[in-house]
Amino acid sequence: MTKPHLSVRGLHKWYGSVHALRGLDLDIPQGQVIGLIGDNGAGKSTFIKILSGVHKQTEGQIFFEGKEAHIARPRDAMNLGIETIYQYTAMVPEMSIARNVFIGREKRKWGVRGFGMLDHAAMAEEAMAAIADVGLHLRSADAPVKDLSGGQRQGVAIARAMHFRSRMLILDEPTNHLSVKETNKVLEYVRQMREQGITVIFISHNLHHVHEVSDRIVAFSRGNKVADLLSEETTVPHMIDLIT
Amino acid sequence: MHFKKMLQTKPEASAFLMLMAMTFVFSLLSPTFLTLGNFQIVLQPIPEIALVAIGVTILMISGEFDLSVGSVFALSPMVMVLLMAAGFPLPVSMIGGLVVAALVGLANAFITIRLGIPSFIATLGMLFMARSMTVVISDGFPPPFPRDLDLWWIVGKVDLLRVSVFWLLGIGILLGIWLRKFDFGSWIFATGGSQESARNMGINVNLVKTTTFMLCSMLAGFAGMIQVFRIKAIVPSMGTGYELTAIAATVIGGAALAGGVGSVIGAVIGALLLAFIENIIILTRVDANWFRFAVGAIIVIAVTINKMTRDVAARAKYKEVEDD
Ligand SMILES: Nc1ncnc2c1ncn2[C@@H]1O[C@H](COP(=O)(O)OP(=O)(O)OP(=O)(O)O)[C@@H](O)[C@H]1O
Ligand SMILES: [Mg+2]
Repeated sequence: MTKPHLSVRGLHKWYGSVHALRGLDLDIPQGQVIGLIGDNGAGKSTFIKILSGVHKQTEGQIFFEGKEAHIARPRDAMNLGIETIYQYTAMVPEMSIARNVFIGREKRKWGVRGFGMLDHAAMAEEAMAAIADVGLHLRSADAPVKDLSGGQRQGVAIARAMHFRSRMLILDEPTNHLSVKETNKVLEYVRQMREQGITVIFISHNLHHVHEVSDRIVAFSRGNKVADLLSEETTVPHMIDLIT
Repeated sequence: MHFKKMLQTKPEASAFLMLMAMTFVFSLLSPTFLTLGNFQIVLQPIPEIALVAIGVTILMISGEFDLSVGSVFALSPMVMVLLMAAGFPLPVSMIGGLVVAALVGLANAFITIRLGIPSFIATLGMLFMARSMTVVISDGFPPPFPRDLDLWWIVGKVDLLRVSVFWLLGIGILLGIWLRKFDFGSWIFATGGSQESARNMGINVNLVKTTTFMLCSMLAGFAGMIQVFRIKAIVPSMGTGYELTAIAATVIGGAALAGGVGSVIGAVIGALLLAFIENIIILTRVDANWFRFAVGAIIVIAVTINKMTRDVAARAKYKEVEDD
């Protein structure tokens, strides 16, 4: 067996007196789509916030490609190639599509990070190319993101992840409040990522979607893993049993 | 189409149109309004209030608020004058005053970010504390302003203008470029536009806000110094109420209270608009008490126009984004 893309051992997270993750052990194989399921408050978002550097675990270790990783800030996660796409907080609505693709990782004409002259032309051009690469057709990268639909925003966020060559993509409830058509588009993106060998963690309350796109199903309950199965070994009714 | 696009993408566009319209109307109301002599008078205090408004605007773009600028406007030059009275040379005294302003900004940032108090409340507290400190350190008696200073480089007269106008231009242009063309400027917009998104994308939002808080305070302190240099006297009550004038200029200039939207040029236009209104009230001998009424009305009108143009432009835009 090849070594896992990412593993965690004995992961605990306390929010004050709330014990949100209780000694989680999990291996995520390279290039698979992991469907992460669980009831409200099971700890799914907590887990991925730790992986993406938004929160720090209270206890436990993270191994990335076999080596222990210390993820203290979002930038640490990005540098490892872990990109997280949040449903509501992936984009700054007032800013242009091009700027959103490059937020925090701007292209500079000169200078250093924090004091550098922006290269607007290059960012607009590369943003359009990245968006076209995921099969999304937008007329201009100058339009503000608030003018995009929810599905288009997910597309731009995925284009951003691809542009920065992320190798692990985390999607936390990406299909919430999307129409059927747009949901299918997002599921299509996930399949595209899988074909490119990118590891995907897909969180959703829609078990049909999860079952449809995942290679592997991991179920959380009250801060712990209660199941870790291949998708073909389980069915949607069985998944419902697992999390209730 | 271009016009609509400009209205949507340039937050100061409607303020600029209002400024043009007002200049036109005011010139009809009073023949003196559009004269060089009058402009000289109107422009006198502009650098001071505009610099404060620029700081408040940049801070507001980053999503925060500062009510303490009027007090820092007095505290910072008071420190400077006291240092001069203690025998320090002017440059050292100015730096001392600016350092105190920066520390006030740092304290505002600390209370807001670390203690999690909304900046409206944090800086309201600072408004009282900084004003009180100004009175206490001056011991109730403002020190005499040294008469023999060479102040041409900052408030001297060049034809009809004061040198301070060029300081405003220089600082305004530099900060405008920094906001629009530099990565840090982009982070300021991102932080105010959606703090969570900015943080998720790896931006150090605390650093961004601490910077904008400190910049805002330092601009207020520097503006207070310019006023002291211009008037050649200092009173502990100077700048009282400037926080509201600066916020008015900021909001008229198109900045959004919620953050993420605004511009340096908008702040300057807002400050000009307020000065024009005050001026026309004096010129036409209207009861001066109407000034506040006019300011209030202009705030409401400006924000309404901003909102309407953005809504219209957004609706026109919506159908246009998608290709297929
Ligand atoms: N920032 C926080 N501060 C305090 N408690 C938190 C915080 N975030 C999450 N929690 C708590 O931790 C527990 C796990 O929450 P988490 O968001 O990880 O659940 P989830 O599985 O993502 O649920 P959902 O499906 O509703 O999104 C819950 O009890 C929640 O209330
Ligand atoms: Mg969640």
